[in-house]
Amino acid sequence: MTTYAMVIDTLSCIGCGDCVVACKNENKVPAGLNRDWVVEATRGEYPDLETEFRSERCNHCRHATCVTSCPTGASHHWKDTNIVLVTAAKCTGCKACIAACPYDARMLMRPEGYVDKCTFCHHRIDRGLDPACVASCPTHCMYFGILDNRDSIVSRLLRARRYKVLMPETGNQPQVYYLI
Amino acid sequence: MIEEVLVTARFNDKIDPSLGIWTWEIAFYLFMGGMAAGIMLFAAWAVLTRKQDDLAFAHNRFALWAPVVLSLGMTTLFLDLEYKIHVFRFYTSFQPASPMSWGAWVLVLIYPLMIVQVLSTLRAGYPMLAGWLERLPGGSQILDLCENRRRLIAWLVIPSAVALGIYTGVLLSALSARPFWNSGMLGPLFLISGLSTAAVLPLLAGAVGKERRFFETSDMGLITIELAMITLFLITLATGAAQHLGALDLVFGGEYTVPFWLWFVVPGLLLPVAFELVALRGNRLFGLAAALLVVYGGFMLRYLMVEIGQASTWGEYAVQFDPALLMRLTQ
Repeated sequence: MTTYAMVIDTLSCIGCGDCVVACKNENKVPAGLNRDWVVEATRGEYPDLETEFRSERCNHCRHATCVTSCPTGASHHWKDTNIVLVTAAKCTGCKACIAACPYDARMLMRPEGYVDKCTFCHHRIDRGLDPACVASCPTHCMYFGILDNRDSIVSRLLRARRYKVLMPETGNQPQVYYLI
Repeated sequence: MIEEVLVTARFNDKIDPSLGIWTWEIAFYLFMGGMAAGIMLFAAWAVLTRKQDDLAFAHNRFALWAPVVLSLGMTTLFLDLEYKIHVFRFYTSFQPASPMSWGAWVLVLIYPLMIVQVLSTLRAGYPMLAGWLERLPGGSQILDLCENRRRLIAWLVIPSAVALGIYTGVLLSALSARPFWNSGMLGPLFLISGLSTAAVLPLLAGAVGKERRFFETSDMGLITIELAMITLFLITLATGAAQHLGALDLVFGGEYTVPFWLWFVVPGLLLPVAFELVALRGNRLFGLAAALLVVYGGFMLRYLMVEIGQASTWGEYAVQFDPALLMRLTQ
Protein backbone atom coordinates (compact mmCIF):
# COMPACT_ATOMS: atom_id res chain seq x y z
CA MET A 1 0.00 0.00 0.00
CA THR A 2 1.38 3.43 -0.98
CA THR A 3 1.01 5.78 1.97
CA TYR A 4 0.12 9.40 1.32
CA ALA A 5 0.51 11.65 4.35
CA MET A 6 -0.41 15.19 5.25
CA VAL A 7 1.87 17.06 7.64
CA ILE A 8 0.62 20.21 9.35
CA ASP A 9 2.93 22.50 11.30
CA THR A 10 0.90 23.66 14.30
CA LEU A 11 3.60 26.23 15.10
CA SER A 12 3.00 28.01 11.77
CA CYS A 13 -0.77 27.61 11.53
CA ILE A 14 -2.68 30.75 12.46
CA GLY A 15 -6.14 29.22 12.22
CA CYS A 16 -7.25 31.45 9.36
CA GLY A 17 -9.57 28.78 7.93
CA ASP A 18 -8.40 29.22 4.32
CA CYS A 19 -8.01 25.43 4.08
CA VAL A 20 -11.69 25.05 4.90
CA VAL A 21 -12.75 27.62 2.30
CA ALA A 22 -10.44 26.09 -0.34
CA CYS A 23 -11.93 22.64 0.29
CA LYS A 24 -15.47 23.90 0.01
CA ASN A 25 -14.69 25.65 -3.27
CA GLU A 26 -12.65 22.82 -4.80
CA ASN A 27 -15.06 20.05 -3.88
CA LYS A 28 -18.33 21.99 -4.07
CA VAL A 29 -19.13 21.04 -0.48
CA PRO A 30 -22.73 22.12 0.20
CA ALA A 31 -23.51 24.88 2.68
CA GLY A 32 -23.77 23.61 6.23
CA LEU A 33 -21.40 20.68 5.66
CA ASN A 34 -17.65 20.51 6.18
CA ARG A 35 -15.01 18.03 5.09
CA ASP A 36 -12.36 19.83 7.14
CA TRP A 37 -12.37 22.19 10.10
CA VAL A 38 -9.94 24.10 12.31
CA VAL A 39 -9.59 23.56 16.05
CA GLU A 40 -8.02 26.05 18.45
CA ALA A 41 -6.79 24.19 21.54
CA THR A 42 -5.63 26.20 24.55
CA ARG A 43 -3.94 24.51 27.49
CA GLY A 44 -2.57 25.65 30.85
CA GLU A 45 -3.47 28.15 33.56
CA TYR A 46 -3.45 31.90 33.01
CA PRO A 47 -0.93 33.44 32.39
CA ASP A 48 0.90 30.25 31.38
CA LEU A 49 -1.17 29.37 28.35
CA GLU A 50 -0.32 27.64 25.10
CA THR A 51 -2.50 27.72 22.01
CA GLU A 52 -2.36 25.29 19.13
CA PHE A 53 -4.26 25.47 15.85
CA ARG A 54 -5.09 22.20 14.13
CA SER A 55 -6.60 21.88 10.68
CA GLU A 56 -8.47 18.56 10.93
CA ARG A 57 -10.07 16.20 8.40
CA CYS A 58 -10.30 12.50 7.59
CA ASN A 59 -7.02 10.89 8.67
CA HIS A 60 -6.96 8.47 5.72
CA CYS A 61 -6.04 5.67 8.07
CA ARG A 62 -4.00 2.74 6.83
CA HIS A 63 -6.20 0.50 8.96
CA ALA A 64 -9.46 2.30 8.27
CA THR A 65 -12.35 0.89 10.34
CA CYS A 66 -14.78 2.82 8.13
CA VAL A 67 -13.62 0.72 5.16
CA THR A 68 -13.83 -2.62 6.97
CA SER A 69 -17.29 -1.83 8.36
CA CYS A 70 -18.82 -0.92 4.98
CA PRO A 71 -21.24 -3.68 3.90
CA THR A 72 -21.23 -2.81 0.20
CA GLY A 73 -17.63 -1.89 -0.60
CA ALA A 74 -18.64 1.76 -1.16
CA SER A 75 -15.93 2.85 1.30
CA HIS A 76 -12.62 1.74 -0.10
CA HIS A 77 -8.92 2.50 -0.35
CA TRP A 78 -8.10 4.26 -3.62
CA LYS A 79 -5.68 2.51 -6.02
CA ASP A 80 -3.89 0.52 -3.29
CA THR A 81 -3.12 3.66 -1.30
CA ASN A 82 -4.33 4.71 2.14
CA ILE A 83 -6.62 7.34 0.61
CA VAL A 84 -10.17 6.47 1.68
CA LEU A 85 -12.95 7.25 -0.78
CA VAL A 86 -16.68 6.59 -0.95
CA THR A 87 -18.36 5.47 -4.17
CA ALA A 88 -21.75 7.19 -3.97
CA ALA A 89 -23.28 4.73 -6.43
CA LYS A 90 -22.61 1.86 -4.00
CA CYS A 91 -23.56 3.65 -0.77
CA THR A 92 -26.85 2.72 0.91
CA GLY A 93 -26.59 5.37 3.62
CA CYS A 94 -26.56 2.69 6.33
CA LYS A 95 -24.14 4.91 8.30
CA ALA A 96 -22.01 2.03 9.60
CA CYS A 97 -18.89 3.89 8.39
CA ILE A 98 -19.90 7.01 10.32
CA ALA A 99 -20.26 4.95 13.50
CA ALA A 100 -16.94 3.23 12.75
CA CYS A 101 -14.92 6.45 12.34
CA PRO A 102 -13.38 7.53 15.68
CA TYR A 103 -12.71 11.00 14.20
CA ASP A 104 -16.33 11.73 13.15
CA ALA A 105 -14.87 12.85 9.83
CA ARG A 106 -17.74 11.75 7.59
CA MET A 107 -20.95 13.46 6.60
CA LEU A 108 -24.29 12.75 4.98
CA MET A 109 -25.03 14.38 1.64
CA ARG A 110 -28.55 15.72 1.22
CA PRO A 111 -30.97 15.15 -0.33
CA GLU A 112 -29.50 11.94 -1.85
CA GLY A 113 -28.34 10.39 1.43
CA TYR A 114 -24.95 8.98 0.53
CA VAL A 115 -21.90 9.46 2.78
CA ASP A 116 -19.13 11.82 1.76
CA LYS A 117 -15.76 12.85 3.20
CA CYS A 118 -12.34 14.36 2.53
CA THR A 119 -10.67 12.67 -0.43
CA PHE A 120 -7.21 14.25 -0.02
CA CYS A 121 -8.30 15.79 -3.36
CA HIS A 122 -7.32 12.60 -5.20
CA HIS A 123 -8.43 14.20 -8.48
CA ARG A 124 -5.67 16.78 -7.98
CA ILE A 125 -3.14 14.12 -6.91
CA ASP A 126 -3.79 12.39 -10.25
CA ARG A 127 -2.63 15.61 -11.95
CA GLY A 128 0.46 15.89 -9.73
CA LEU A 129 -1.04 18.67 -7.59
CA ASP A 130 -1.34 19.03 -3.83
CA PRO A 131 -4.77 18.88 -2.16
CA ALA A 132 -6.62 22.21 -2.36
CA CYS A 133 -6.24 22.89 1.37
CA VAL A 134 -2.45 22.42 1.19
CA ALA A 135 -2.13 24.52 -1.98
CA SER A 136 -4.13 27.41 -0.51
CA CYS A 137 -2.47 27.68 2.92
CA PRO A 138 -1.16 31.27 3.21
CA THR A 139 1.44 30.39 5.87
CA HIS A 140 2.63 27.24 4.04
CA CYS A 141 2.14 25.20 7.18
CA MET A 142 0.61 22.24 5.32
CA TYR A 143 2.61 19.62 3.41
CA PHE A 144 1.59 16.61 1.39
CA GLY A 145 3.47 13.69 -0.11
CA ILE A 146 4.27 10.00 -0.17
CA LEU A 147 5.55 8.71 3.15
CA ASP A 148 7.23 5.68 1.59
CA ASN A 149 9.55 8.02 -0.33
CA ARG A 150 12.42 8.97 2.01
CA ASP A 151 13.11 12.14 0.05
CA SER A 152 9.55 13.46 0.09
CA ILE A 153 8.92 16.63 2.08
CA VAL A 154 6.63 14.78 4.51
CA SER A 155 9.23 12.07 5.22
CA ARG A 156 11.93 14.65 5.80
CA LEU A 157 9.75 16.74 8.11
CA LEU A 158 8.74 13.73 10.19
CA ARG A 159 12.41 12.71 10.52
CA ALA A 160 13.47 16.19 11.57
CA ARG A 161 10.63 17.41 13.79
CA ARG A 162 8.59 16.20 16.76
CA TYR A 163 5.06 15.28 15.75
CA LYS A 164 1.83 13.67 16.90
CA VAL A 165 -1.21 12.07 15.31
CA LEU A 166 -4.75 12.21 16.70
CA MET A 167 -5.83 9.26 18.84
CA PRO A 168 -3.17 6.74 17.71
CA GLU A 169 -4.52 4.41 20.42
CA THR A 170 -7.47 3.54 18.15
CA GLY A 171 -5.07 1.43 16.11
CA ASN A 172 -6.34 2.97 12.86
CA GLN A 173 -2.89 4.27 11.84
CA PRO A 174 -3.98 7.82 10.93
CA GLN A 175 -1.94 9.59 8.26
CA VAL A 176 -2.42 13.27 9.14
CA TYR A 177 0.58 14.33 11.21
CA TYR A 178 0.88 17.46 13.36
CA LEU A 179 4.30 18.99 13.93
CA ILE A 180 4.54 20.24 17.51
CA MET B 1 -7.22 23.37 31.88
CA ILE B 2 -7.80 22.59 28.25
CA GLU B 3 -10.18 24.49 26.05
CA GLU B 4 -10.79 23.45 22.44
CA VAL B 5 -12.83 25.66 20.16
CA LEU B 6 -13.75 24.99 16.56
CA VAL B 7 -12.46 28.08 14.78
CA THR B 8 -14.41 27.17 11.68
CA ALA B 9 -17.88 25.74 12.10
CA ARG B 10 -18.44 22.02 11.83
CA PHE B 11 -22.05 21.13 12.32
CA ASN B 12 -22.56 18.15 10.04
CA ASP B 13 -26.08 16.73 10.20
CA LYS B 14 -26.47 13.81 12.67
CA ILE B 15 -22.76 13.97 13.58
CA ASP B 16 -22.41 17.23 15.49
CA PRO B 17 -22.56 18.15 18.31
CA SER B 18 -22.72 14.43 19.14
CA LEU B 19 -23.36 11.37 17.04
CA GLY B 20 -27.06 10.72 16.37
CA ILE B 21 -27.12 8.61 13.21
CA TRP B 22 -29.17 5.69 14.55
CA THR B 23 -32.39 6.03 16.54
CA TRP B 24 -35.51 3.93 17.20
CA GLU B 25 -35.53 2.35 13.73
CA ILE B 26 -32.26 0.47 14.33
CA ALA B 27 -33.20 -0.32 17.94
CA PHE B 28 -36.52 -1.77 16.76
CA TYR B 29 -34.78 -3.83 14.07
CA LEU B 30 -32.28 -5.25 16.59
CA PHE B 31 -35.17 -5.97 18.97
CA MET B 32 -37.26 -7.73 16.33
CA GLY B 33 -34.25 -9.63 14.97
CA GLY B 34 -33.50 -11.01 18.44
CA MET B 35 -37.15 -11.84 19.05
CA ALA B 36 -37.43 -13.68 15.70
CA ALA B 37 -34.31 -15.70 16.59
CA GLY B 38 -35.89 -16.58 19.95
CA ILE B 39 -39.17 -17.65 18.34
CA MET B 40 -37.35 -19.90 15.88
CA LEU B 41 -35.30 -21.47 18.69
CA PHE B 42 -38.31 -22.20 20.92
CA ALA B 43 -40.30 -23.61 17.98
CA ALA B 44 -37.35 -25.82 16.97
CA TRP B 45 -36.82 -26.89 20.59
CA ALA B 46 -40.45 -28.02 20.91
CA VAL B 47 -40.08 -30.15 17.76
CA LEU B 48 -36.73 -31.66 18.75
CA THR B 49 -37.99 -32.61 22.22
CA ARG B 50 -41.26 -33.98 20.72
CA LYS B 51 -43.39 -31.78 23.00
CA GLN B 52 -46.36 -31.58 20.64
CA ASP B 53 -48.74 -32.09 23.60
CA ASP B 54 -47.02 -30.16 26.41
CA LEU B 55 -45.86 -27.26 24.20
CA ALA B 56 -48.63 -27.32 21.62
CA PHE B 57 -48.42 -23.60 20.75
CA ALA B 58 -44.62 -23.60 20.42
CA HIS B 59 -44.67 -26.87 18.47
CA ASN B 60 -47.38 -26.02 15.96
CA ARG B 61 -48.16 -22.31 15.81
CA PHE B 62 -45.17 -20.29 17.09
CA ALA B 63 -42.94 -20.59 14.01
CA LEU B 64 -45.27 -18.46 11.87
CA TRP B 65 -44.62 -15.47 14.13
CA ALA B 66 -40.90 -15.38 13.27
CA PRO B 67 -41.09 -14.15 9.64
CA VAL B 68 -43.77 -11.63 10.63
CA VAL B 69 -41.66 -10.24 13.47
CA LEU B 70 -38.45 -10.18 11.43
CA SER B 71 -40.17 -8.50 8.49
CA LEU B 72 -41.44 -5.73 10.77
CA GLY B 73 -37.84 -5.22 11.90
CA MET B 74 -36.56 -5.26 8.34
CA THR B 75 -39.09 -2.56 7.50
CA THR B 76 -37.68 -0.16 10.08
CA LEU B 77 -34.15 -1.09 9.01
CA PHE B 78 -35.10 -0.01 5.49
CA LEU B 79 -36.64 3.19 6.87
CA ASP B 80 -33.29 4.00 8.50
CA LEU B 81 -31.35 3.83 5.23
CA GLU B 82 -30.48 7.31 3.98
CA TYR B 83 -30.13 6.22 0.34
CA LYS B 84 -33.07 3.83 0.05
CA ILE B 85 -32.99 3.18 -3.68
CA HIS B 86 -29.51 1.69 -3.21
CA VAL B 87 -30.74 -1.00 -0.80
CA PHE B 88 -29.98 -3.65 -3.46
CA ARG B 89 -26.28 -2.81 -3.05
CA PHE B 90 -26.17 -5.05 0.05
CA TYR B 91 -26.49 -7.96 -2.37
CA THR B 92 -24.07 -6.93 -5.10
CA SER B 93 -21.02 -7.76 -2.97
CA PHE B 94 -19.93 -9.63 0.12
CA GLN B 95 -17.56 -7.83 2.49
CA PRO B 96 -16.11 -10.45 4.87
CA ALA B 97 -14.82 -7.83 7.35
CA SER B 98 -18.20 -6.13 7.69
CA PRO B 99 -20.70 -7.60 10.20
CA MET B 100 -23.49 -5.73 8.39
CA SER B 101 -22.62 -7.52 5.16
CA TRP B 102 -22.67 -10.87 6.98
CA GLY B 103 -26.05 -9.91 8.45
CA ALA B 104 -27.48 -9.08 5.04
CA TRP B 105 -26.44 -12.48 3.68
CA VAL B 106 -27.46 -14.38 6.85
CA LEU B 107 -30.95 -12.98 6.33
CA VAL B 108 -31.00 -14.48 2.83
CA LEU B 109 -30.40 -17.88 4.44
CA ILE B 110 -32.74 -17.29 7.38
CA TYR B 111 -35.87 -16.37 5.43
CA PRO B 112 -36.14 -19.62 3.42
CA LEU B 113 -35.40 -21.56 6.61
CA MET B 114 -38.16 -19.67 8.41
CA ILE B 115 -40.58 -20.50 5.61
CA VAL B 116 -39.84 -24.24 5.64
CA GLN B 117 -40.05 -24.22 9.45
CA VAL B 118 -43.54 -22.71 9.17
CA LEU B 119 -44.54 -25.18 6.43
CA SER B 120 -43.38 -28.13 8.54
CA THR B 121 -46.10 -27.44 11.13
CA LEU B 122 -48.67 -25.56 9.08
CA ARG B 123 -51.25 -28.36 8.90
CA ALA B 124 -51.20 -28.87 12.65
CA GLY B 125 -51.00 -25.17 13.58
CA TYR B 126 -52.94 -23.34 10.91
CA PRO B 127 -55.18 -25.83 9.06
CA MET B 128 -56.96 -23.08 7.13
CA LEU B 129 -53.70 -21.67 5.74
CA ALA B 130 -52.54 -25.20 4.94
CA GLY B 131 -55.84 -25.79 3.12
CA TRP B 132 -55.27 -22.75 0.91
CA LEU B 133 -51.74 -23.88 0.17
CA GLU B 134 -52.87 -27.38 -0.72
CA ARG B 135 -55.14 -25.96 -3.40
CA LEU B 136 -52.10 -24.59 -5.22
CA PRO B 137 -50.30 -26.90 -7.65
CA GLY B 138 -47.61 -28.81 -5.74
CA GLY B 139 -48.69 -27.27 -2.41
CA SER B 140 -49.59 -30.58 -0.85
CA GLN B 141 -46.29 -32.17 -1.86
CA ILE B 142 -44.32 -29.23 -0.41
CA LEU B 143 -46.18 -29.54 2.89
CA ASP B 144 -45.57 -33.31 2.94
CA LEU B 145 -41.88 -32.79 2.24
CA CYS B 146 -41.48 -30.20 5.01
CA GLU B 147 -43.46 -32.27 7.53
CA ASN B 148 -41.37 -35.35 6.81
CA ARG B 149 -38.18 -33.30 7.30
CA ARG B 150 -39.48 -31.51 10.40
CA ARG B 151 -36.66 -32.62 12.70
CA LEU B 152 -33.95 -31.92 10.12
CA ILE B 153 -35.38 -28.44 9.63
CA ALA B 154 -35.42 -27.90 13.41
CA TRP B 155 -31.75 -28.95 13.63
CA LEU B 156 -30.85 -26.49 10.85
CA VAL B 157 -32.82 -23.73 12.59
CA ILE B 158 -30.83 -23.97 15.83
CA PRO B 159 -27.42 -22.70 14.55
CA SER B 160 -29.02 -20.27 12.09
CA ALA B 161 -31.23 -18.65 14.73
CA VAL B 162 -28.33 -18.47 17.19
CA ALA B 163 -26.31 -16.71 14.46
CA LEU B 164 -29.19 -14.28 13.85
CA GLY B 165 -29.57 -13.52 17.57
CA ILE B 166 -25.86 -13.01 18.16
CA TYR B 167 -25.44 -10.99 14.98
CA THR B 168 -27.77 -8.27 16.27
CA GLY B 169 -25.24 -7.63 19.06
CA VAL B 170 -22.10 -8.10 16.96
CA LEU B 171 -23.41 -5.43 14.57
CA LEU B 172 -22.77 -2.89 17.34
CA SER B 173 -19.85 -4.50 19.19
CA ALA B 174 -17.71 -4.61 16.03
CA LEU B 175 -17.68 -0.81 15.90
CA SER B 176 -14.58 -0.18 17.99
CA ALA B 177 -14.86 3.58 17.55
CA ARG B 178 -17.73 3.55 20.09
CA PRO B 179 -16.28 2.26 23.39
CA PHE B 180 -19.64 1.47 25.01
CA TRP B 181 -20.41 -1.05 22.26
CA ASN B 182 -16.95 -2.53 22.00
CA SER B 183 -17.54 -5.63 24.12
CA GLY B 184 -17.80 -9.27 23.14
CA MET B 185 -20.64 -9.60 25.67
CA LEU B 186 -23.08 -7.74 23.44
CA GLY B 187 -23.73 -10.64 21.02
CA PRO B 188 -24.63 -13.25 23.68
CA LEU B 189 -26.51 -10.59 25.68
CA PHE B 190 -28.75 -9.73 22.72
CA LEU B 191 -29.29 -13.44 22.01
CA ILE B 192 -30.44 -14.13 25.59
CA SER B 193 -32.61 -11.01 25.58
CA GLY B 194 -34.12 -12.13 22.26
CA LEU B 195 -34.93 -15.54 23.76
CA SER B 196 -36.46 -13.83 26.79
CA THR B 197 -38.73 -11.56 24.74
CA ALA B 198 -39.76 -14.53 22.58
CA ALA B 199 -40.55 -16.60 25.69
CA VAL B 200 -43.27 -14.19 26.82
CA LEU B 201 -45.11 -14.16 23.48
CA PRO B 202 -46.91 -17.51 24.11
CA LEU B 203 -48.01 -16.10 27.48
CA LEU B 204 -49.47 -13.05 25.73
CA ALA B 205 -51.06 -15.38 23.16
CA GLY B 206 -52.89 -17.21 25.95
CA ALA B 207 -50.78 -20.34 26.51
CA VAL B 208 -52.12 -22.40 29.41
CA GLY B 209 -51.20 -25.29 31.69
CA LYS B 210 -47.78 -26.89 31.33
CA GLU B 211 -46.89 -24.62 28.41
CA ARG B 212 -47.54 -21.47 30.44
CA ARG B 213 -45.45 -22.80 33.30
CA PHE B 214 -42.64 -23.78 30.90
CA PHE B 215 -42.43 -20.33 29.37
CA GLU B 216 -42.75 -18.52 32.71
CA THR B 217 -39.93 -20.52 34.29
CA SER B 218 -37.85 -20.29 31.09
CA ASP B 219 -38.23 -16.53 31.03
CA MET B 220 -37.25 -16.20 34.69
CA GLY B 221 -34.10 -18.17 33.99
CA LEU B 222 -33.33 -16.13 30.88
CA ILE B 223 -33.80 -12.81 32.68
CA THR B 224 -31.51 -14.02 35.46
CA ILE B 225 -28.85 -14.89 32.87
CA GLU B 226 -29.44 -11.50 31.19
CA LEU B 227 -28.88 -9.69 34.51
CA ALA B 228 -25.64 -11.63 35.00
CA MET B 229 -24.52 -10.76 31.46
CA ILE B 230 -25.27 -7.08 31.93
CA THR B 231 -23.22 -7.16 35.15
CA LEU B 232 -20.33 -8.80 33.26
CA PHE B 233 -20.73 -6.28 30.42
CA LEU B 234 -20.39 -3.40 32.91
CA ILE B 235 -17.42 -5.13 34.61
CA THR B 236 -15.71 -5.46 31.22
CA LEU B 237 -16.06 -1.70 30.72
CA ALA B 238 -14.95 -0.98 34.31
CA THR B 239 -11.75 -2.97 33.82
CA GLY B 240 -11.03 -1.44 30.41
CA ALA B 241 -8.91 1.46 29.21
CA ALA B 242 -9.65 5.16 29.72
CA GLN B 243 -12.17 5.40 26.90
CA HIS B 244 -14.08 2.41 28.30
CA LEU B 245 -14.17 4.02 31.73
CA GLY B 246 -15.44 7.19 30.09
CA ALA B 247 -18.18 5.17 28.41
CA LEU B 248 -19.08 3.52 31.72
CA ASP B 249 -19.46 6.96 33.32
CA LEU B 250 -22.41 7.57 31.01
CA VAL B 251 -24.48 5.07 33.07
CA PHE B 252 -22.79 5.72 36.42
CA GLY B 253 -23.49 9.37 37.10
CA GLY B 254 -23.54 10.51 33.46
CA GLU B 255 -26.46 11.59 31.33
CA TYR B 256 -27.78 8.04 30.80
CA THR B 257 -27.75 6.97 34.45
CA VAL B 258 -31.48 7.48 35.02
CA PRO B 259 -32.62 6.01 31.68
CA PHE B 260 -30.38 2.95 32.07
CA TRP B 261 -31.27 2.03 35.63
CA LEU B 262 -34.74 3.47 36.13
CA TRP B 263 -36.18 3.07 32.65
CA PHE B 264 -34.54 -0.24 31.75
CA VAL B 265 -32.99 -2.36 34.54
CA VAL B 266 -35.76 -1.86 37.12
CA PRO B 267 -38.93 -2.05 34.97
CA GLY B 268 -37.46 -4.22 32.20
CA LEU B 269 -35.61 -6.87 34.23
CA LEU B 270 -36.13 -6.72 38.01
CA LEU B 271 -39.89 -6.12 38.06
CA PRO B 272 -40.67 -8.91 35.55
CA VAL B 273 -38.69 -11.43 37.64
CA ALA B 274 -40.61 -10.37 40.75
CA PHE B 275 -43.95 -10.47 38.93
CA GLU B 276 -43.18 -13.89 37.42
CA LEU B 277 -42.47 -15.26 40.90
CA VAL B 278 -45.99 -14.18 41.89
CA ALA B 279 -47.40 -15.48 38.61
CA LEU B 280 -45.94 -18.93 39.23
CA ARG B 281 -48.29 -19.20 42.22
CA GLY B 282 -51.21 -18.85 39.84
CA ASN B 283 -51.78 -15.11 39.50
CA ARG B 284 -52.29 -14.64 35.76
CA LEU B 285 -52.57 -10.86 35.97
CA PHE B 286 -48.99 -10.61 37.26
CA GLY B 287 -47.91 -13.03 34.55
CA LEU B 288 -49.43 -10.79 31.91
CA ALA B 289 -47.86 -7.67 33.41
CA ALA B 290 -44.48 -9.42 33.57
CA ALA B 291 -44.77 -10.44 29.90
CA LEU B 292 -45.53 -6.87 28.80
CA LEU B 293 -42.63 -5.51 30.87
CA VAL B 294 -40.24 -8.07 29.34
CA VAL B 295 -41.19 -6.90 25.84
CA TYR B 296 -40.71 -3.29 26.97
CA GLY B 297 -37.34 -4.18 28.56
CA GLY B 298 -36.17 -5.96 25.42
CA PHE B 299 -36.80 -2.87 23.32
CA MET B 300 -35.33 -0.49 25.91
CA LEU B 301 -32.13 -2.56 26.07
CA ARG B 302 -31.58 -2.04 22.34
CA TYR B 303 -32.77 1.56 22.33
CA LEU B 304 -30.46 2.61 25.16
CA MET B 305 -27.54 0.58 23.82
CA VAL B 306 -27.88 2.35 20.47
CA GLU B 307 -28.16 5.76 22.17
CA ILE B 308 -25.39 5.34 24.76
CA GLY B 309 -22.99 3.80 22.25
CA GLN B 310 -23.28 6.84 20.04
CA ALA B 311 -22.66 9.13 23.02
CA SER B 312 -19.43 7.28 23.85
CA THR B 313 -16.31 8.29 21.98
CA TRP B 314 -12.51 8.02 21.98
CA GLY B 315 -12.16 11.76 22.19
CA GLU B 316 -14.26 14.87 21.86
CA TYR B 317 -13.61 18.55 21.77
CA ALA B 318 -13.59 20.17 25.18
CA VAL B 319 -15.87 22.88 23.84
CA GLN B 320 -18.33 21.94 21.11
CA PHE B 321 -19.55 24.27 18.41
CA ASP B 322 -22.86 25.70 19.48
CA PRO B 323 -24.98 27.15 16.65
CA ALA B 324 -26.96 29.08 19.29
CA LEU B 325 -23.90 31.31 19.72
CA LEU B 326 -24.12 32.36 16.07
CA MET B 327 -27.78 33.17 16.54
CA ARG B 328 -26.84 35.49 19.42
CA LEU B 329 -24.48 37.43 17.15
CA THR B 330 -27.28 38.14 14.71
CA GLN B 331 -29.68 39.41 17.38
